[in-house]
Amino acid sequence: MTPASRLPRRLRAAWLALALATAGPALAEIGQIKSLKGQVTVERQGRALPAEVGMLLEVADTLRTGADGAVGVTMRDNSLLSAGPNSILSLQRFEFDATTSQGRFDTQLQRGTLAVVSGRIAKQSPEAMTVRTPSAQLAVRGTDFVVAAGE
Amino acid sequence: MNERWRGLAALLLAAVVAALLGACAAKPQGSVVLLPDAQGKDTAVRVQQEGGEVVLDQPYAAAQLTSRGPVKATSSAAQVQAQFGDALAARPLPAQQFTLYFVEGKDEFTDESRRAFDSVFAEIARRPVPDLLVIGHTDKVGNDAFNDALSRQRAEVVRKALVERGIAAGSIVVVGRGKREPIVPTADGVAEPRNRRVEILVR
Repeated sequence: MTPASRLPRRLRAAWLALALATAGPALAEIGQIKSLKGQVTVERQGRALPAEVGMLLEVADTLRTGADGAVGVTMRDNSLLSAGPNSILSLQRFEFDATTSQGRFDTQLQRGTLAVVSGRIAKQSPEAMTVRTPSAQLAVRGTDFVVAAGE
Repeated sequence: MNERWRGLAALLLAAVVAALLGACAAKPQGSVVLLPDAQGKDTAVRVQQEGGEVVLDQPYAAAQLTSRGPVKATSSAAQVQAQFGDALAARPLPAQQFTLYFVEGKDEFTDESRRAFDSVFAEIARRPVPDLLVIGHTDKVGNDAFNDALSRQRAEVVRKALVERGIAAGSIVVVGRGKREPIVPTADGVAEPRNRRVEILVR
């Protein structure tokens, strides 16, 4: 159940207005969905949104792909993430200074398959990018690798 | 003890043995494979688990994640394709950067850059949802205020030219960095054509 659906109807409208007002276009976006196949949803603040090509992503978003699903994302630091079917990928932390390339990027692959090309954050500061699985942590020095979680 | 009870006890015993064996064997929990870097640069991933850590630093070096820690292995292009083909097929095109040069003190392209500008559109056309970052720069002639404005103006010229040729204005972000990020480091006040530029990042 989403937080909004627990509220009475009149409050729900207020909740929506607040959610829209706080979703600033400028700094909230950390990446964009560039490719999509099959069923993919984005979980944001307790709600499951249908994913679309071009959709902007925010910190703490979780991508879920169905049995026929796959999704490709370009992050603001030019990192490329793409997940195969039956995957759950959370964008837990993303901080990026576009001028200095300093930042932090932490993702979690709870399940499924993930292909990664690291971007400017990992290039500037090796190991400033990490990928976690339920049982492991990967510190990324660069650049191109794949991860499977939960076999 | 009758026949039925004996059968049940045997089943129970089998279940207990299986559970014990399962606990002893290292349970598979996933895998990591390092791929060849497209630019052939050095690349590595450090894989940590409770039971230990391995560093993958060769193409197709792999780690099996297990309940007892990572186990080093070697994978191959075929194995990666079989397991990760769908994820790799969904990978977006890498970001592509273009640099356009400007006439000194002005917001006009050099003739060469006017031609280079065309290749940007070919790159944009390859992408389903292109987004563009346009960054203006100057050389070190003039003060910060002048160069901040000029760099921004140069980026705006590029933005306008992109929009005029059909690129959605909403997909373009424009930034002016003034003289802070020269490609060729020079002393202040030095005219350097290679620093008078606009970078277009197509993603």
